[in-house]
Amino acid sequence: MASITLSNLGKNYGGGGNAVTGVNIDIQDGEFIVLVGPSGCGKSTLLRMVAGLESISEGEVRIGDRVVNQIEPADRDIAMVFQNYALYPHMSVRQNLAYGLKNRGTPKAEIERRVNEAAEILQIGAFLDRKPRALSGGQRQRVAMGRAIVREPAAFLFDEPLSNLDAKLRVTMRLEIKQLQRRLKTTSIYVTHDQLEAMTLADRLVVLNGGRIEQIGTPLDVYRRPASTFVAGFIGSPAMNLIDARAVPHLPGTAHAGTVGIRPEDLTVAPDGPIEMQVMAVEELGAQRLIHGLTGGEKITTTLPSDAPLTDRMRLSFRREQLHLFQRETGRRLD
Amino acid sequence: MIENRPFLHLMAHVILIAGVCIVALPVWVAFVASTHGPTDFMRGTIPMWPGPHFVQNYSRMLDRGLATSGTPAVGTMMLNSLIMALCIAVGKIVISVLSAFAIVYFRFPFRGLAFWCIFITLMLPVEVRIVPTFQVVADLGMLNSYAGLTIPLIASATATFLFRQVFLTIPDELTEAARIDGAGPMKFFRDILLPLSRTNIAALFVILFIYGWNQYLWPLLITTSADYYTIVAGIRRMADAVDGLPQWHLVMATAMLAMIPPVVVVIGMQRLFVKGLVETEK
Repeated sequence: MASITLSNLGKNYGGGGNAVTGVNIDIQDGEFIVLVGPSGCGKSTLLRMVAGLESISEGEVRIGDRVVNQIEPADRDIAMVFQNYALYPHMSVRQNLAYGLKNRGTPKAEIERRVNEAAEILQIGAFLDRKPRALSGGQRQRVAMGRAIVREPAAFLFDEPLSNLDAKLRVTMRLEIKQLQRRLKTTSIYVTHDQLEAMTLADRLVVLNGGRIEQIGTPLDVYRRPASTFVAGFIGSPAMNLIDARAVPHLPGTAHAGTVGIRPEDLTVAPDGPIEMQVMAVEELGAQRLIHGLTGGEKITTTLPSDAPLTDRMRLSFRREQLHLFQRETGRRLD
Repeated sequence: MIENRPFLHLMAHVILIAGVCIVALPVWVAFVASTHGPTDFMRGTIPMWPGPHFVQNYSRMLDRGLATSGTPAVGTMMLNSLIMALCIAVGKIVISVLSAFAIVYFRFPFRGLAFWCIFITLMLPVEVRIVPTFQVVADLGMLNSYAGLTIPLIASATATFLFRQVFLTIPDELTEAARIDGAGPMKFFRDILLPLSRTNIAALFVILFIYGWNQYLWPLLITTSADYYTIVAGIRRMADAVDGLPQWHLVMATAMLAMIPPVVVVIGMQRLFVKGLVETEK
């Protein structure tokens, strides 16, 4: 186990433009860090730079107290879980788990012990002698994690490990990964584009956009105080309403703001509310419904309990502290 | 066929049976010829049913061969052909799998040039470069040797290209996982690439074995000693009777014997062969 420090990290593929620019993250020992952002934001590149699969153009990566810029992936003491599992198709599950240890010259008895231990933790003991193609997606995912666990590395790196699973299994595996990490207390970096996955797994979130860090913080911090309009729109589902302040000049405290943000779940129906919404569409979710509408020409969405009365025009209210104000030019948070 | 119509089934079978007949008829005629006496085929009507000389003809060829045409016993020629076919098949596979590995997985200067040089040799088969190749082999003193028979035929652009395509279908993540698992290049090659291309190697082996077995022009040119005659070149020598009629019954018996090893290889490796040609899942 070890801390990981990324200082001023940058990646340049040549041909102008950086994939990653000036990234600084201090990851504590045992911390679960999630890198989240839309596709092409550089999160996978960043992870692969830590893994050693991508060369580092600028800055440095430290694992523990060692600068690993020039060190081969195998010698960085990390283990990686890939999106498509990357299991060796011609080897049994047992051989898949043991391969990395065998290459490092671990004694047979020790390999046996670690493989059995990992199999027990992940409940894959029953199919240790099967080939990966005889396993379901969820089982393959477990084997891929098992391959990381047996190595007992300083850090786990997860590259969108759940995106090939169906929605239901994803929720289960998400929980399992979280519990596993709590139990093993291994420093982890997890890459995803799914903000829900990011919120539920992370000790701290790193929101990336265009190769730069937008915000680092605990999931609740990021949710409650998004540092920019990008983060505000990305974290939280349904996304935060971002309204041009000029469209709602009557809202209190918005005089010097460029963009006003308010989460759909913070809006409530009130006869004397300051926002008048013209309802355009309604989506039923069961426990609640999503109501899409217009106010002052801007799109706005709210979630209401499914038993709330529906009318063509509704007035909505919110509490002052639930309002997020952002600068017009930079999109940064004002307060 | 997805549709279940009796007429279409019938048609399919008729066409397939017709195809089998067209392919099998010459083989049948050769077999029939190999069981008759020396004069039966000279009478103008070709017999369609096996004659009584099966044991006599075959044991003669296996035992002594056809001395008048200067060819040794069939056994010797079969052994020569087998050695040649195996050396060519194995040699081609070893060389091309290694060169494909280098081209796909290593970044070295002039890598693209190297690939294109290999690719261009596709346009220069043995028949085109046969005179200079003969000169080189003769200068190296490799006439009348197994080395001379096989080495000039070993380099193969086709097989290199095939393995390149196979390696390109292996996902990058697998390579990366192996890197993280501490497998160096040669270990990765041995532990991951070779097992994953097993079926392709088998398919290629079948094709190349038959290619090597059927070599005709090259062995004919560079072997002058009967000890190194291959069976295919030998059959031609037998049929080429200078002062008399070709002994067709013996030639056909030899041809039938020459067919056996390729057939055994194809049947024995059929399952892997088909898998190697159609399997895409890695």
